[in-house]
Amino acid sequence: MESSALTPKADSQLAVQPTLKGRLSYLGRLLWRDQSGVIGLFMFSLVMLAATLAPLIAAQDPLAQQLSNSKMPPAWQTGGSWDHLFGTDSLGRDMFSRTIYGARVSLTVGFFGVLIATVLGMVIGSIAGYFGGRIDALIMGPISLILSMPYLLFVVFIAAILGRSLLNVILIFGITDSPIFARVTRGEVLRIRESAYVESAISAGARWGRIIFDHIVPNLIGPLITLATFEMSAMIFYEAGLGFLGLSVPPSVPSWGNMLAEGRKYLSSNPWLTTFPGLAIMFTSMGMNLAGDWLRDVLDPRLRRSRK
Amino acid sequence: MLRYFVSKLALSILLLIGVLALSFFMLRVTGDPVSLMLPREASPEEVAAFREVMGFNRPLGVQFWDFITGAAVGDFGNSLHYGSPALPMVLQRLPATVELASVGLLMAVIVGIPLGLAGGLNPGSVLDSIGRFFGLLGQSTPNFWLGLILILVFAVRLRWFPAFGRDEPKSVILPAFVLGLAVSSQILRMTRSTVLEVRGEDYIRTAQSKGLHPRTIYLKHVLRNVTIPLVSVIGVQFGYMLGGSIYIETIYAWPGMGQLLQQAIGWRDFPLVQALAVFTSVVVLALNLVTDLAYTLLDPRIRYGK
Amino acid sequence: MSPILEVRDLVTKFYTLDGVVNAVNGVSFSLEEGETLAIVGESGSGKSVSMMSLLGLIPSPPGRIEGGQALFHGVHGTCDLLKLSTKELNEVRGGQIGFVFQDPQTSLNPILKIGDQISETLVRHLDMNQSQARARTMDLLGEVGIPDPQLRYNNYPFEFSGGMRQRVMIAIAVACNPQIVIADEPTTALDVTIQNQVVNLFKQLRDKLGIAIIWVTHDLGVVAGLAERVLVYYGGRVVESALVDDLYEHPAHPYTLGLLKALPRLDARESRRLVSIEGTPPDLLTPLRHCPFAWRCTHVFERCWQAIPPLYPVEANHRTACFYNLEKDIVRDD
Repeated sequence: MESSALTPKADSQLAVQPTLKGRLSYLGRLLWRDQSGVIGLFMFSLVMLAATLAPLIAAQDPLAQQLSNSKMPPAWQTGGSWDHLFGTDSLGRDMFSRTIYGARVSLTVGFFGVLIATVLGMVIGSIAGYFGGRIDALIMGPISLILSMPYLLFVVFIAAILGRSLLNVILIFGITDSPIFARVTRGEVLRIRESAYVESAISAGARWGRIIFDHIVPNLIGPLITLATFEMSAMIFYEAGLGFLGLSVPPSVPSWGNMLAEGRKYLSSNPWLTTFPGLAIMFTSMGMNLAGDWLRDVLDPRLRRSRK
Repeated sequence: MLRYFVSKLALSILLLIGVLALSFFMLRVTGDPVSLMLPREASPEEVAAFREVMGFNRPLGVQFWDFITGAAVGDFGNSLHYGSPALPMVLQRLPATVELASVGLLMAVIVGIPLGLAGGLNPGSVLDSIGRFFGLLGQSTPNFWLGLILILVFAVRLRWFPAFGRDEPKSVILPAFVLGLAVSSQILRMTRSTVLEVRGEDYIRTAQSKGLHPRTIYLKHVLRNVTIPLVSVIGVQFGYMLGGSIYIETIYAWPGMGQLLQQAIGWRDFPLVQALAVFTSVVVLALNLVTDLAYTLLDPRIRYGK
Repeated sequence: MSPILEVRDLVTKFYTLDGVVNAVNGVSFSLEEGETLAIVGESGSGKSVSMMSLLGLIPSPPGRIEGGQALFHGVHGTCDLLKLSTKELNEVRGGQIGFVFQDPQTSLNPILKIGDQISETLVRHLDMNQSQARARTMDLLGEVGIPDPQLRYNNYPFEFSGGMRQRVMIAIAVACNPQIVIADEPTTALDVTIQNQVVNLFKQLRDKLGIAIIWVTHDLGVVAGLAERVLVYYGGRVVESALVDDLYEHPAHPYTLGLLKALPRLDARESRRLVSIEGTPPDLLTPLRHCPFAWRCTHVFERCWQAIPPLYPVEANHRTACFYNLEKDIVRDD
């Protein structure tokens, strides 16, 4: 007698949850099929490595000024030297080091900004979605307000007021970006709250704490991770933009935005001052966008897809 | 439908009041608005005089009320730098920004929609891959950086376009292109995903079961359903461009509202910054309202529904 | 009466990330002119997929029709539906074979007028111009029982109730006087009270226009008053085919027996618990080399696990794919 397991149909009510091993192997197949996701993750890891291992990779001190060596072109051009792979800036600081160290600022801003935005957004959105009614309206009012305003303008406005510091930048992004997370969280909470799954749990007497942890949180993880990836990429952009306007971290700190602001002054004479930080931003952003796209494909439809 | 529109209008006005409140309180978030606007070396007498002139020594409630009522009639006080009313300075810059955003949107639509359609209709094809790669580039390239690079290549080295200003008709090309690039990638993605979504809908299968010509299905059934959400997206993107042109205008010395914002910040001219923030928000909110209206007219479910 | 549709060994598979789903595993049947054939089976038994395969309505990745033929003896001659080009298929779809889908909510284009959605098929197949098509559509709306056609022509789907939308779908399907109408669970998504009306509508149209109907359902209860012959599907195969009365009175397949027992009956004398068939349908991912019903069958024995039972004749027009002879309560000995 064959003993093949009697697997229930995937979309029947009694479907068994897929095993972890099953999920992982599925992930593996997806990665293989959609190599762009792998490429994105790889690119992003490179940037992370660069930021973490900066002191080991960058031979020169990014802050060390050497006016005698200022504005040297990259190593492969005439006048360049292999001591300064990407050349130097107007104050003689090594461009390669500054580019590598710039990753630190960008990733720090991105990571902590997104962290704050996620936590804040999750809390606000969960409360709004879970309790509904007037509380929901009260919370979503200002949220809609912030979401429909010209974002960049107000970020610039606030940054101009608060002054240049890493903390300010992180806080600004964290707080101003939380509405997006709040809205997504609220949507998910509402959807799950109305689902038969939760209704039956409630009628079976489950306490709301359990409901939140067992049902709501697992369903939130997917969309939030995807969103976090994209928002982190956006924050890196915004930080660079603010730096470009002179509103981000103080000018001595090597950030890609600061470097671009400076490079602008010497655009036609020393174009490399602009090229490298720009390419660095592009590289990071592309990696994150690719990874984010892949994550979205993996995490979202998986949860709701019905197999035929 | 009228009720829908009126409720949206009411919501917009509420949002506007919120924007005003936000602008008002942002200046006071560090405690003393005077410290923002005067240089640190200012003497105590200058500070006191300034505070008097600006009315900062009055109760907060009074200041707020004056601010709101003033804003309602377009009075945002005087620009510190120019010494004349702030709002007219902003209005003067409006046409340039609108021109920039419009040309940028046109470029974005011309590139984004066809590529998105091609991608949605033939996912996995070469054209789709090209489109998606282009979309990725557009999304990942910081526009202020690209602006600089394009100036270097096209204005300085090739001399095809002017690098600064708004003097010739073709001055708008480079800045509009850069501004429109990120938007085009958004439009491309939206179009592509909407096409894919619509194609998977049951009513398309019904259309097929009728034996209709593929072209009929595409034009009459697919495309019309794709257009409606797309209108929304385009409207929103236009709003982003109007409100987010600061980098491009700065780099290209384009005499629009964005450049004025950057200058005003440099001058610590916060009344002007406030006027800009509020006015831009008004424009964006109005645009959202118009987009909503267009959406309402296009989608019969809303137009004839409850 | 001659057959109007002959399907032989239809095989359709779906290539998904989870593996290959063997949705239809060799289905054969024939349909006579003007006959009403019911196809009964659970969700996932392959009934809808096999019907949609006939008209090429399976999304093509990931689905693929991998075998068989579907000979359609239409007024313009005989052809194999599975081998037609898209252009040729489009002549058949709507014009000679109509399709009514399950969910009237999603099967109509929400932004087009109802009348337009009917007229377009008239313009396409009967070469009418706009005003002729419009006039004919008004007639059709009347025939399917939609009051006030003049007004309703210009309405949008959201302004109709579920039952009325389904009537519109039916109007679309019969508009060009097709020879066959395939109805895929047309009443499943409707209220019970409306279901009856829709079934009656079908009967009226059938009697009036002489259309052959294939009625797909999971509900054996609906079949009785409507169909002449029934096919029972399980695991992507036909496991029993019989005339309606024969099926109800002496079902030959254990699955059919189970389905009949599971029907709640108004005339049951004692109150009894609803009977259900133990177990769940097979996962179509693993290709089976034994009877698909073996796990759930109360009459299962060793032979059932060794081969797939072919269709055995039971009586005239009655066949079953089972190694066990239910009526005589012994195993078949061929």
